Amino acid sequence: MAQEKTIAAIATPPGTGGIAVIRISGDEAYAVASRVFEPANPKKKLADAKGYTALFGHFTENGVHCDEVVALCFRAPHSYTGEDVVELSCHGGSAVSQRLLRACFAAGAQPAGAGEFTKRAFLSGRISLTQAEAVMDMINASSQQGAQAAAAAMEGALYGKIKAVQDTLITLAGHIAAYTDYPEEDVPELSMQALTESLGQAKNVIDRLIEGYDTGAVLRRGVDTAIIGSPNVGKSTLLNLLSGFERAIVTPIAGTTRDVVEQEIQLAGIRLLLADTAGIRDTQDVVEAEGIRRSYTHLERAGLIFAVFDGSCPLQPSDLALAQKCAGRPAIAILNKTDLPQQADAESLRRCFQTVIHISAKDPSFLPRVEQAVASVLHLTGLDPDACLLANERQLHAARDAQQALDDALNAAQTGMTLDAVGVCMDDALYALYSLTGENVREDVVEEVFSKFCVGK
Amino acid sequence: MQNATNRTIPSAQAGNETKAKRAAVHTRHKGKEETILDHLGSYEVIVIGAGHAGIEAACAAAKLGAKTALFTMSLDGVGNLPCNPSIGGTAKGHLVREIDALGGVMGIAADATFLQSRMLNLGKGPAVHSLRVQTDRRKYRAYMKNLLEKTENLELKQAQIVAVELDQDRRVCGVRTHLGAFYGAKAVVIATGTHLGGRIFVGEASFESGPDGEHAACALSQNLKSIGVPLRRFKTGTPARVHRRSIDFSVLTRQSGDESIQPFSFMTKCEMKNRVDCFIAYTNEETHRVIRENLHRSPLYGGMIEGVGPRYCPSIEDKVVRFADKPRHQIFVEPCGEDTEEMYLQGMSSSLPEAVQNEMYRTIHGLEHVEIMRPAYAIEYDCVDPTVLLPTLEFKQIGGLFGAGQFNGSSGYEEAAAQGLLAGINAARCVQHKEGVILHRQESYIGTLVDDLVTKGVMDPYRMMTSRSEYRLYLRQDNADERLTPLGREIGLVDDARWAEFNHRRTVRTAEIERLNTTVIRPCDANPILEEKQEPSLTSGATAAELLRRPALKYKDVARMLPSNEEVTPFIAYCIETEIKYEGYIRRQRSQIGAVKRQEDAVIPDDFDYAPLTGLRLEAREKLAQIRPRSVGQAARIPGVGPADIACLTIELMKQRKTKTAERKQHD
Repeated sequence: MAQEKTIAAIATPPGTGGIAVIRISGDEAYAVASRVFEPANPKKKLADAKGYTALFGHFTENGVHCDEVVALCFRAPHSYTGEDVVELSCHGGSAVSQRLLRACFAAGAQPAGAGEFTKRAFLSGRISLTQAEAVMDMINASSQQGAQAAAAAMEGALYGKIKAVQDTLITLAGHIAAYTDYPEEDVPELSMQALTESLGQAKNVIDRLIEGYDTGAVLRRGVDTAIIGSPNVGKSTLLNLLSGFERAIVTPIAGTTRDVVEQEIQLAGIRLLLADTAGIRDTQDVVEAEGIRRSYTHLERAGLIFAVFDGSCPLQPSDLALAQKCAGRPAIAILNKTDLPQQADAESLRRCFQTVIHISAKDPSFLPRVEQAVASVLHLTGLDPDACLLANERQLHAARDAQQALDDALNAAQTGMTLDAVGVCMDDALYALYSLTGENVREDVVEEVFSKFCVGK
Repeated sequence: MQNATNRTIPSAQAGNETKAKRAAVHTRHKGKEETILDHLGSYEVIVIGAGHAGIEAACAAAKLGAKTALFTMSLDGVGNLPCNPSIGGTAKGHLVREIDALGGVMGIAADATFLQSRMLNLGKGPAVHSLRVQTDRRKYRAYMKNLLEKTENLELKQAQIVAVELDQDRRVCGVRTHLGAFYGAKAVVIATGTHLGGRIFVGEASFESGPDGEHAACALSQNLKSIGVPLRRFKTGTPARVHRRSIDFSVLTRQSGDESIQPFSFMTKCEMKNRVDCFIAYTNEETHRVIRENLHRSPLYGGMIEGVGPRYCPSIEDKVVRFADKPRHQIFVEPCGEDTEEMYLQGMSSSLPEAVQNEMYRTIHGLEHVEIMRPAYAIEYDCVDPTVLLPTLEFKQIGGLFGAGQFNGSSGYEEAAAQGLLAGINAARCVQHKEGVILHRQESYIGTLVDDLVTKGVMDPYRMMTSRSEYRLYLRQDNADERLTPLGREIGLVDDARWAEFNHRRTVRTAEIERLNTTVIRPCDANPILEEKQEPSLTSGATAAELLRRPALKYKDVARMLPSNEEVTPFIAYCIETEIKYEGYIRRQRSQIGAVKRQEDAVIPDDFDYAPLTGLRLEAREKLAQIRPRSVGQAARIPGVGPADIACLTIELMKQRKTKTAERKQHD
């Protein structure tokens, strides 16, 4: 379809890399690129370039060569978006690529919205809905497991799983249809037991997909993690251990961290958005009090809590109060300073924490112990990668619809409702699953009747 | 209409200048009249073919005040049942009830001429309860012919139509008969059944013929092709009719009718009694051997037939080949009438040579000495690709021309009648300059049938099935009147008597449901009856509706706990029981209907141009441009149109709407 604007964006991930790619897509893509790109061979013109060809030249601004650039040409509809596309590869580093992008905007392109290339690819029919969503998640997923789950969806792991459930339902629905639409033919009666068994199995698959969604979301988006504890128990040391460099200022003076220090790290294959918070204690200092207030806010919002205690001293009332706040939360009690004689009572913490570990935050060899604890608290150990295939809210919503409909079908079958009631619920489940995979509802059930059953006068 | 924007659409090719254009047509038409030889008169609506589609079309058009003529090749063939002597069945029974609810005639005729009645699928749920009757073929034909003869505004004529004539604007202006006569018409309904280009096959023999020894209409096929109607070949078949005295009924299983009979028509009041029984026989390995050894002599397997046969109505050859592991197939032996000895062998349709048929039928236990009166045959015929039709059943490209029944690619008497009714209504409305009526798939099986035909097209003759309706717990045969009689009244087909009857029934039903929902029954009143039914007793009061929701309890059980209500007939009791027991499921379906309505209400302009939408996949663009759906909902049902295409289409429609609104604002 005719898009109203030509868009441009840096298509490579931010940060330092050898090469950065600026993608320009839309009717005006060649016009825009021609204004910023000058081919090395003066006889060639970018506007005349055929699809699937490359031109070497320069990014030129006010007649000055700023960088060497390779232009890759794609012609509608044979491009990622289905539109005319030019990809300009310049040298990496944000300064050059940002400058080139700004030049593209000056030449008439509009900034691409988040995921807009993919949206156009979807709207032009280049990719399917599940593929589009998987690409969007691939863009968003910056951690390894998240990328793997996104890749699995794109290769059809989700599709395969849903398809298996669809097939089960179509077989059942086809049997019910043959049995009810041809009452006088000798179509075998479907036993309620077989029906509820098959429905139950189908529902199990959907249940597991839905249960895996939150874990999937954890993999993709990362977990907000609060490091919390009394002053000077070693919270910032832990932050530095986890991030692998001196992120926070560490001093033996209690109350050094007055504001929240944030850092993103990879641990146990997932992304943790660490927040090192001010130590919790009674204080007259206004700035420190504000810091402590923020610490509590983080505690309440966090998806993972590192509650740090000084193992070398007996636990203080403020420590026990903190432990109380962590009860029932995804929290790990970390008794720090194992390099010193231990005086804290770990048993009193076990009442509030499922996981209590002893480490010395100064010693990197304790990192795997933290990692293991994280995996166990977030239920990542023994994670079935197939279970977290639902990639976004839309898919989750469709899966929930299917789950509800299967529940109703089972309920109808078990409470002695007639087959027609079971049947319409199964239809609903099928429709929900078709919408999950973005397919058109087809005549599968009718096909099934005539391929499996000898019916008709 | 209740919902003018959504239910109705203008006649084909009628844009803004409709009125001016129509006036011009009329003058030209008049001019033509003067020069036409053998001009024998003018009608508003002409119906070609007096089968089940043609009868409903002609009756509806005439009742709606259009001067109507119904042409048939043989007045003795009006309302013929050329295949099974029965009406109704799963989903088909629903169609008959809906036809009746709208004011059609099939239900009344079936009630008047039935021999045996059965409600099928009892025990499988109210959505699939379906009425089916064995019919006296000869009586049915006589009843229908007389009904047509007595209908005002309607002339019944014997002639073969060889041409549909168009004016310069490609609007219908009349028809020509094989005797050279011309009849003027403003709208024409084609309901030619298997007569159009009909060819019968029995083994190596094949000849031009309609069903039951009637003529084929071959000249009309040529004419339709010449005016741009895309025809294709379909095939169907029928089993042999055999003599009653040659069957040994003592070894067959008897199948009797229901003890208490429900009529098809909401207006039938007389007492109904079963008059005949049917019988069940089975094929065996010997039968299958005869078939397999002679397959090469079957025109279908020998490649003589090019037409596509129906999947749901396979010949016995098909069954034996496709389901080779089945040791036996069921056959129903059904009487064709009370004053004939002919028996119909349902399940044994065949196109094998007559000699092979003799051998094949005689392998069956009970039919060892069977005497064939009419051999089985396959018949190939011309029909249209229904995607060239609007949901009103008018041709998109030829104003005033309508199609109905097997001509549209369907199969079955009931499917034909349903389309005939809709085509007749819209033909009359077309000449009366009223907007066409559309029946939606959310409100009826007729709507589902027509939507499937014109949106998805057909690869083989289309048979209605309950599984084709996603709303089947709402679209039941018992509430057909509730769903459609108010619409029939608006259209003008529901007379005062039917309307009064409907309103009475509705009032009684609503009041009784209200009573059941609000009346609390004390344990002392309920428990004796619950005990009798071996149901858990009550410890505190419960509403009558709550009790009725228990699977084991029927309306009549709960009614015994209440003061009696004489107005609740057994039929109303049945409806109430369904409404209450299935309330949750029905509510769920209704909410789904509400949800899809949004897409159905997203109207695509008639002149919408798909060519600039390069985002559509090629296949989708071609399909959309060909089918020209009238709503986004219909577009989404077209095979080959995916959700991405719908997203693209929706965005374009939104864009156009915004532009138009902006333009209008600027204009203001």
